[in-house]
Amino acid sequence: MCRSCKSFIQTLVLTLVFTLSPLFFWAQEHTQEHAQGDAHAEATAPAGEHAQPTEKKKFDAAEVIFGHVLDGHEYHFMDIGEHPVTLPLPIILYSPTRGTWDVFMSSNFEHGHAAYKGYTLLNEHSIHELGLDPKKFSAGTIVPLDANGKFDPTVKYYDLSMTRNVVQMLLALIVFTVLMFRVAGRYKKGIGVTSAPQGSQSLLEPVITFVRDEVAKPNLGHKYERYLPFLLTVFFFILVNNIFGLIPGSANVTGNIAFTVVLGLLSFVVILFSSNKHYWAHIFNPPGVPLGVKFILVPVEFLSVFIKPFALIIRLFANMVAGHIIIICLISLIFIFGELSPIAGWGASPLSIGFTVFIYLIEVLVAFLQAFIFTMLSAVFIGQALEGDHHDSAEGAHH
Amino acid sequence: MNVMLLAEVANAGGAVGAGLAAIGAGIGIGQIGKGALEAIARQPEASNDIRGNMILTAALVEGAALFAIIVGFLAMVL
Repeated sequence: MCRSCKSFIQTLVLTLVFTLSPLFFWAQEHTQEHAQGDAHAEATAPAGEHAQPTEKKKFDAAEVIFGHVLDGHEYHFMDIGEHPVTLPLPIILYSPTRGTWDVFMSSNFEHGHAAYKGYTLLNEHSIHELGLDPKKFSAGTIVPLDANGKFDPTVKYYDLSMTRNVVQMLLALIVFTVLMFRVAGRYKKGIGVTSAPQGSQSLLEPVITFVRDEVAKPNLGHKYERYLPFLLTVFFFILVNNIFGLIPGSANVTGNIAFTVVLGLLSFVVILFSSNKHYWAHIFNPPGVPLGVKFILVPVEFLSVFIKPFALIIRLFANMVAGHIIIICLISLIFIFGELSPIAGWGASPLSIGFTVFIYLIEVLVAFLQAFIFTMLSAVFIGQALEGDHHDSAEGAHH
Repeated sequence: MNVMLLAEVANAGGAVGAGLAAIGAGIGIGQIGKGALEAIARQPEASNDIRGNMILTAALVEGAALFAIIVGFLAMVL
């Protein structure tokens, strides 16, 4: 590995270990209960799962899957016996009704068993206890309570917490920005300009030239330089977040519809700002189309202006969330079979883990591919919007 | 027909829809692969370009299939 990559990774790892390890140990539950059964051999399971179920607690695959795929107020890595091993995150609540800003760590909620400062974290039990509609309130939401501990629907509050998606996205942003600035600094000093690229330059240069030569130039023509920052940012941001999401125990950032909606909106805004007269003329008055067909074609063309970014959004979201769900489902098969009998559980393990490794490798490919596809399609749509009057060549009919 | 277990029927509908979407994706991407292989067989030197285009088109077709899977999922959840 290159020397600067190695030192960068070393400093990053050491910083993370030293700052986060106290939180780690503090987050473990100090209850009097001992583990009820042996913890399963979870060393090979990529996603943290529940420990071997006791007679009372069945393995709920849906709860596990949604617990991993959705957002949450803490990082939940595994359960050792009955103790969840988690990393709590800050909760920031603003209530105009109560007039308070509340900032505290999510460990105060003790995974939904305690109320704190008039709020509580919902889990499956408390949804039933508080009499809330399971369709409207899902596990992991924070709800306000009144003085008696009942749900208080009159309190209006905004949950502005740093959930794990936010934290992971910021972490990916910091890692990616630091890397890019370091490499840019080295290019500015002249390293890699007149000499061979060194270190992280040789990692990034092929990727950036790939995006420039295969994505930007063919689609955007001679105006590619204006859009290259946007395309490169989108590509690397999606890529880094995809890769981070593949780490076991991490949050599923790109598989979050809010994240992809914002990216799609950004692409939409860039496309709109780069559109010109000819683009809109071609939509509302397509050339060479008989009048009757125009009545059908013009609404379709107009809708497609909105449907194309929507497709970008859904494509990225669905690919990422489907991949994560498949991985978790394959691992859950072990535990589902284990419910039938321990022998079936152990027997299903090699098959399930084999499939999981296979799908995991495909997911790494999909991580790169979806970043590339999003960038490529954004470039294609921007190129379509930028297109000038292309009938000025020797083709003839000028509309 | 008296459909009493609406939630279960919705789940079944969602699952069937997702399965059909998988069939569609399989057929579509199979056609892409077929075209790509034939093109490479005709002109092996173009295989890099062809491979890039194949992967791009496969991702687009898979996007369409994933739309359907998301809809199937929504049928279950909503």
